[in-house]
Amino acid sequence: MNKALSGALRSAFGAAATGALLAALSPAFAADPIKIGVIAEAQAIAGASIPQAAQLAADEINASGGIDGRKIEIISYDNHSSSADSVRAFQRAVNEDKVNAVIASYISEVVLALEPWASRLKTPFVTPGAASNEISKSVHADYEKNKYTFHGYLTSAALALSVCDGAKDLLVDKMHMKTAVIMSEDAAWTKPLDVGYEECLPKIGLKVLDHIRFSPDTTDFTPIFNKIEGSKPDVIITGISHVGVQPTVQWKNQQVPIPMFGISSQATNETFGKDTNQAAEGVLYQGVSGPGVAVTPKSVPFAENFKKKFGNYPSYAGYTAYDEVYYIADAVKRAGSTDADKLVAALETTDWEGTIGRVQFYGKDDPFTHSIKYGKGLITGLMLQWQDGKQSAVWPKDVAKVDVKFPSFIKLSN
Amino acid sequence: MRAFQILIDGFAISALYALGATGFTLIFGVSGVLNLSHGAIMVAAAVAAWAAASILNVGTYAGALIGVAVALLAAFATYFAVVKPIQDSRRIPNEEKEIFVLTGTLLWGIMIQELIAYFFTNNAKTVLPIVEGVVDVLGVRTPKNEIFTAIVCCLVIALLWLLVNRTRTGKAVLAASMNPRGVTLLGLELTNIYIVVWAIYGILAGIAGVLLGMFLGVSSYSVGPLTASAFSIVVLGGLGSVSGSLIAAFVVGYLETLTAYLVSPAYRTIPALLLLVFVMYIRPQGLLGRR
Repeated sequence: MNKALSGALRSAFGAAATGALLAALSPAFAADPIKIGVIAEAQAIAGASIPQAAQLAADEINASGGIDGRKIEIISYDNHSSSADSVRAFQRAVNEDKVNAVIASYISEVVLALEPWASRLKTPFVTPGAASNEISKSVHADYEKNKYTFHGYLTSAALALSVCDGAKDLLVDKMHMKTAVIMSEDAAWTKPLDVGYEECLPKIGLKVLDHIRFSPDTTDFTPIFNKIEGSKPDVIITGISHVGVQPTVQWKNQQVPIPMFGISSQATNETFGKDTNQAAEGVLYQGVSGPGVAVTPKSVPFAENFKKKFGNYPSYAGYTAYDEVYYIADAVKRAGSTDADKLVAALETTDWEGTIGRVQFYGKDDPFTHSIKYGKGLITGLMLQWQDGKQSAVWPKDVAKVDVKFPSFIKLSN
Repeated sequence: MRAFQILIDGFAISALYALGATGFTLIFGVSGVLNLSHGAIMVAAAVAAWAAASILNVGTYAGALIGVAVALLAAFATYFAVVKPIQDSRRIPNEEKEIFVLTGTLLWGIMIQELIAYFFTNNAKTVLPIVEGVVDVLGVRTPKNEIFTAIVCCLVIALLWLLVNRTRTGKAVLAASMNPRGVTLLGLELTNIYIVVWAIYGILAGIAGVLLGMFLGVSSYSVGPLTASAFSIVVLGGLGSVSGSLIAAFVVGYLETLTAYLVSPAYRTIPALLLLVFVMYIRPQGLLGRR
């Protein structure tokens, strides 16, 4: 035997031995992995948590033996917050990387662009953070075609309800507020949100004095706050996600004396305090979970593990993405297969206690088909407030840790 | 009441625009370079000031200085890594160099923008104001920081005027903008003058960036709009004319503020752009342009 050949043989034996050793040490993964594609906005704070949380869930599932001996494999793609990049990533995920399901994006425009592709490529697809009603309405409108899409976050309609439920207890009953101005960015997700606000705010006793929609490109909010102050409302009800840091900082710098309450997605991120140099103090925002808030027994351990691994608490879309990996895995287990149609059928019967509550999906006959159910015992959302540089739950009562308090420049009218 | 509000807000934003555009026009006047990485350099300054103050906890003043220093470095990097190699190249025909510089600085700006988004995300950052709180000016609740911004901008522009008109270096810069060949015949090294101009530009862009970060906040998305606004101000004022840019900055600043208050914040930039198109028709050289 010549030297080179024997060397090659020896290394081949070595490799085989190491392989056998590794296989013996790690849980045995007999079959192919279950592949989940994660398409998200790696450069945006809300989006960056999505692949991280998904990976964390996959690692946990794999550490405890996987699903029927199959490992979960996360393949992530950065979409640069662009719909076009997302569609390319989706095609690549399905056609080349052969994923079994896709988790994608917190931006409604992106999710609406991906929905037809989930239908065409017959791949189960769940969004962890987009809110537009249209996502689940399309599933309802053409179920056979669009049944592959699941809305793993509250619809804008449910978000508006959640804000109104919180406002009723905190603002109307406790602080006797009577009037509000709606301030929302012009985007796909806020159109149904605003409709929801307009409908539910008067019902809880807050008269809507004005409604300001502004371009997400706005940098100077002085004229907007000026206009709002002109109508003298008790509270500003917000619907902001693409913007957040700038209006918050300018609200504080200009000492606008009216509290802000509502959806402010960027405020759900732990880094928001630093990004705004603590101007966030006093901002009230709706969330599905938050650091230290035990919505379910899973919420706090997840948030703490996430922080240990990535250095900061997850954004709202991190919580949902983490849950999604778990309930997709659960659906694969129940379906006994990764076949798309069987997986969809299994996902429809999901009943999973995750980090944000109990996840179930509305059925075929509901107008919001495949959207997660909103309500007591399921997912209600919470209201949190930035206090002393931290996010603290203030509503509902069973998870609230502190009372609402405002910085000194806020002048409550009652 | 509303008139005063517009007057005050418009002044602060116009002064900031003026500062941002002055350096931009100075470089064009002296070396014929349209630096399309301008917005990226301003954003880099603001993000650096934010990062130094919020992550490294160096304090507000040191943070602001670091921001300006980063802009200065970025300006030199733009000159030495992008502009000078193109200007010195023998393979690029002289008549095509301008377009190469334009493309080069544009790509350079995109690179800086993507780096900022990669390391600091594309969410907006705000620099902690040096002065906090509000004062009542003519019945308008005005952030002290807004007044501070306006004062610093005016001071820096005044200093620049003194530098250009009252010092030897400044006169050389002025001479180079009028007749580069003449300057070299007088025994001055043109490259040295360019370095001085890029240094002035870096400092101006840095101060403007940090102040903008304090006043409104910036994100990597601001890069394009900032370059575009400097560009349109400079074109409106007359390419290369510093005083033209100053006037144009106030025209644009007030036009935007008026639109935001009286029409809608959503249409803020439109009238100024329409004005630009109109001026291009009737006076292509801009308000105070020489050519």
